[in-house]
Amino acid sequence: MSESTLVLGQLFNGISVASILLLAALGLALSFGLMRVINMAHGEMVMVGGYLSYMSIQAFGQGPGFFVGLVVAFICTALFGALMEATLIRRLYGRPLDTLLATWGVSLILQQAARSIFGPTGVEVTAPAWLSGSLALGGTALTGFAVPAVRLFIIVLAALVLGGMTLILSKTKLGLLVRAVHQNRAMAEALGANTRLVDLAVFSLGTGIAGLAGAALALMAPVTPTVGQSYIVYAFLVVIVGGLGSLTGTLFAALLVGIFSAVTQIFTSVSVADVLLLVSVIVFLQFRPRGIVFARSRALEET
Amino acid sequence: MLTLDGVSAAYGLSPVLSGIEMRIEAGEAVALLGRNGVGKTTLLRTIIGLHAAGGGKIAFDDKPITAWPAFRRAQLGIGYVPQGRGIFAQMTVDENLAMGSSAHGARVKAAPKTFEKIYELFPTLGRLRARKGGVLSGGEQQQLALGRALVGEPRLLLLDEPCEGIQPSIVQEIEAVLLRVRKELGVALIVVEQHLDFAWSIAQRYYVMQRGTVVASGSTAADDQASIHSLLSV
Repeated sequence: MSESTLVLGQLFNGISVASILLLAALGLALSFGLMRVINMAHGEMVMVGGYLSYMSIQAFGQGPGFFVGLVVAFICTALFGALMEATLIRRLYGRPLDTLLATWGVSLILQQAARSIFGPTGVEVTAPAWLSGSLALGGTALTGFAVPAVRLFIIVLAALVLGGMTLILSKTKLGLLVRAVHQNRAMAEALGANTRLVDLAVFSLGTGIAGLAGAALALMAPVTPTVGQSYIVYAFLVVIVGGLGSLTGTLFAALLVGIFSAVTQIFTSVSVADVLLLVSVIVFLQFRPRGIVFARSRALEET
Repeated sequence: MLTLDGVSAAYGLSPVLSGIEMRIEAGEAVALLGRNGVGKTTLLRTIIGLHAAGGGKIAFDDKPITAWPAFRRAQLGIGYVPQGRGIFAQMTVDENLAMGSSAHGARVKAAPKTFEKIYELFPTLGRLRARKGGVLSGGEQQQLALGRALVGEPRLLLLDEPCEGIQPSIVQEIEAVLLRVRKELGVALIVVEQHLDFAWSIAQRYYVMQRGTVVASGSTAADDQASIHSLLSV
């Protein structure tokens, strides 16, 4: 394998990791941007999505089971998110520390439940036949460079979800409400918007996308009870670097973080790459403390 | 239409309103007067539901709304134009108006039709439909805030210093619109105001507040502006 294909390969890996991060971070960005709620159990939604994908494939076989898994993972984690919002988050509104603790508790419960049901070692999801190969690019300079179909699929999935979210936010009534609540919650409510329903919808959509991320992630790595933990830290990094509640910011931040760690891994070990990533994020935040994209306005009440 | 019965409110432990008694009839305009910091803004926020009443009763159309969340009060027919206008800065003029139709709740009507009415009331806004709310001037934002509240077709409109920081020509325009809104649409108004001339030209009655409570009230037709000067001057 030549030098250039190695770099290209890592770049591609970086983009596919970025896609997973993007899916995991979208929900966090939305619910944190909108409700100022930090959901410590968000990573466990990724884990639950992974196990749901595994169970669907067990139940329906590899071909159809995989697609059923994507749908089931999205719907079930979205419903679980709605349940969490209605029973827990809503009652702790305006108490961020308590929310942090309570959702961390949910995260521990879910991890232990997964351990009890599926065991600590993790389960493998094998990709359906049409996703198990790789696309070879037989160009002159790129001979030997092959794109794994699974990773390509994840990138396409993330792009579709991002596109869908953008459409929802810019074109639908729900999107209008979400943006209004994000910019001025009190005013939106005084105009007649049911902000509790908006919160519920956004939170549940966010956890649903995390579940979808888990179902996709299961194709690349085994699903373990703690798989959410290993992604949630990066997802938080993405949210903070991207700027709160901005989809564009989240996209760029996910790409930055994903590609940065993949490319630095060419030169160093995984752990050194992590250190470099964290240092760069700290330095970046010194210069842009509010992230890549943040709202500017002429509104009088801006503080 | 709106009755306040012994309403009180506080920020933390410090009381801001106490024993407010008020009665607004359908289609009448009432001015709420008083020096800075006497609780006028808090009173409006308590009526719309953004600030919780600590005691007393608020009723609208004989419905007890004291414990209702703000969005339900808005859907019942109370519109609100806050101090500072509360424009959604990152949203276009059209989108800001569309938010006003949230007051219709589930029964959302064909909103654009109502928009045309608003653009007829405020021709300036019609030319700015696609602009972001945040780049409008203060006067344009005030017109937008007023138009947005009207899209919800309220029966009672709460206005917090609608002329603050706005050039005189637009003040006249807003005054004319408020008169039309009351006479043609039969919308009742509660206007917090510093300028007595403005208050007298649109309101039939007035309330004067001091230290969180109503100390005087009367009719603008019967009482002279000079008679309440002592209650307002510093």
